[in-house]
Amino acid sequence: MSQVPLNHILIVSTALFFIGMYGLFTRRNMITMLMSVELILNSVNINFVAFNKYLYPGRLEGVFFTLFIIAIAAAEAAVAIAIIINLYRNFRSIDVEDADEMKF
Amino acid sequence: MPNYAYIALIPLLPLAGFVVLGLFGRKYFRSFSGVIGTGLVLVSTGLALWLAYQFFFGTGDTALAFRSHSLIMLKAGWLPFSPHLSIDLSAIVDPISVMMIAVVSFISLMVHMFSLGYMKGEERFATYYSFLGLFTFSMLGLVLSGNLFETYIFWELVGCSSYLLIGYYYDRPTAVAAAKKAFIVTRFADLGFLVGILILSFQARTLDFQTLIERLLDPRLPHATFLGVSLVSWGLALVFVGGAGKSAMFPLHIWLPDAMEGPTPVSALIHAATMVVAGVYLVARLFLLYGSDPGVLQIVLYVGVFSALLAAVIACTQTDIKRVLAYSTMSQIGYMMFALGAYGYTASMFHLFTHAFFKALLFLCAGVIIHQVHSNDMKGMGGLRKVMPLTHVCFLVACLAISGIPPFSGFFSKEEILLAAWHANKLVYGIGLFTSGLTAFYMFRLYFSIFWNKPSEGHPHKTPLVESIPLVVLALGALFAGFVPFSRLMNPDGAPETGSVFGTMSIAPVALALLGIGIAAYLYGKENDRPAKVAAAIGGLYRFAYHKFYIDEIYSFVTKKIIFNLIGRPAAWIDRNIVDGLMNGLAAVTAWVSVKVKGIQSGKVQDYALYFFTGIAGLAIFFIYIYT
Repeated sequence: MSQVPLNHILIVSTALFFIGMYGLFTRRNMITMLMSVELILNSVNINFVAFNKYLYPGRLEGVFFTLFIIAIAAAEAAVAIAIIINLYRNFRSIDVEDADEMKF
Repeated sequence: MPNYAYIALIPLLPLAGFVVLGLFGRKYFRSFSGVIGTGLVLVSTGLALWLAYQFFFGTGDTALAFRSHSLIMLKAGWLPFSPHLSIDLSAIVDPISVMMIAVVSFISLMVHMFSLGYMKGEERFATYYSFLGLFTFSMLGLVLSGNLFETYIFWELVGCSSYLLIGYYYDRPTAVAAAKKAFIVTRFADLGFLVGILILSFQARTLDFQTLIERLLDPRLPHATFLGVSLVSWGLALVFVGGAGKSAMFPLHIWLPDAMEGPTPVSALIHAATMVVAGVYLVARLFLLYGSDPGVLQIVLYVGVFSALLAAVIACTQTDIKRVLAYSTMSQIGYMMFALGAYGYTASMFHLFTHAFFKALLFLCAGVIIHQVHSNDMKGMGGLRKVMPLTHVCFLVACLAISGIPPFSGFFSKEEILLAAWHANKLVYGIGLFTSGLTAFYMFRLYFSIFWNKPSEGHPHKTPLVESIPLVVLALGALFAGFVPFSRLMNPDGAPETGSVFGTMSIAPVALALLGIGIAAYLYGKENDRPAKVAAAIGGLYRFAYHKFYIDEIYSFVTKKIIFNLIGRPAAWIDRNIVDGLMNGLAAVTAWVSVKVKGIQSGKVQDYALYFFTGIAGLAIFFIYIYT
């Protein structure tokens, strides 16, 4: 069985990254934005794992980084949801357009 | 080599008084603060007199002390700029500085003591004493300074304390104006002093008096000139400008009469006996340099003699007793200056010494009289000799001393000055002689107007002991100070000077003085219309002198009309329109930019994310495609 070439995997991760970016910029709902951030993080994870496997097969740093990122993403999700709840309590909405008081 | 370490205490004790009374006086000590200040100065004076004794009589040979180059007794490094230039705090001990600290601390003690009675009940009593302490500290520091920079610091400090004390009655507009005038005029002169210091120290590459004098007298010194006059002469002349400002020499004398707005003991201390002779002291301190520069010395000579004459003429017409005394001070300082200009170093210092006693005495007497009469104007006085017998006697002693009647102290010193002038310049001698006659006339005009003139009546007024003791002590000083063997103790280069001879040379001044006294007695001894007739006879001149030769008016014309219009207004215009305009323009541009830019901070999270992403992308592009 022939291996999938590295380029293909990178194309997938790039696509995932920009999908996440697009979601982050276009969605006004905080939860969806959080999901987009998760997409970006996962695209990075794919990159780490792919580079580890294709360039340095004998080493494990890339995999470890991925594990760290997953763990931190979980923590980040917890914090982000707490922020979203507070946002909702203050504005009765989780639309970021409504929370634009911090300006000039 | 005796130990001189204690001299540091002489100025530091009054400083301690200033700090303590200035900080805590009003709250905790109140009427007690005068005693504290006086006590501290008393200790200082004791140390100063001990120093004088040790220096002049203990070591025996003052000439040796002068030559041995061990004048700097205390030295503490202060601002080490480079190995070749450092500014130290040092104390110089040589005949003139020892004489000066003895005089300054002694007069200061007398004034402190006198003020215990005179200023009693004043609301700002503690403040007054703290200012007196500050002044005493600064003056002693000025006298002891071992280098020009230190001198300059203390020079400004005495100016500052003088300002504070002239403006002591700060609720009187005239006092405030006088304080301001004194400060500005002397400041203006100090500008010359500062430039002079810079020139001299630049030439000599040092600030220490001794090294400076040595190096500037060195014939190998590179000869630099400016406008055809050597730089050293410029420096000396500018330093003299500073000295003339402080010592109220023409044309910078205008502040001194107005400075009489201060409390009378202050006038006695600062504007008669000590601070105003700082200019004389400065010239004396650098006398070896001045002496080697006949051109500048001529300036000193003529400025001195002209001031002496001018002030004496004005003094003959004034009616405010303190102003008469102020002009008389100016005239006497003119004497000291022209004595220096005539190479009469010893004579000048001698006159400084004796003058301190009788002039302080005159002012303190004037203080007592003013308290009694509640007026400064001598026209309202007269016939006070029975009312205040002690003051009468003291005032008479001081008047005789200043008029140069033997054997009072002024006779000896004035004699030496005139002798020096005789050897130097016959014209100056003539003017000096005439002025000494005038001095006798206006002093006795004052004396007769205050104590005679009207029939004396009333019972003796009791002077408090703290006021009468200084009067008596100073009167004794005015009587006997002339017998101090000055020419043995003090001369510019340490060479013993042969004692002056009081022979035929003293006939003319004494005769003139007696003539002056006689005229004064004729005109003012009894109430009559002779003075008015005389004034009318010389009409124009009298009015001219009465208005102080319109020098104040000339000054205000020059400053208000010429300087304000030609320099002040354009400068103000430039300041308002160009300098301020530049700043306002900058501020306006900044405000405009910030208004335009502030839209970026929209408060929308996604905008920020976009900026962030754009930035990262830009950096990535930069590092991938351009930087490598």
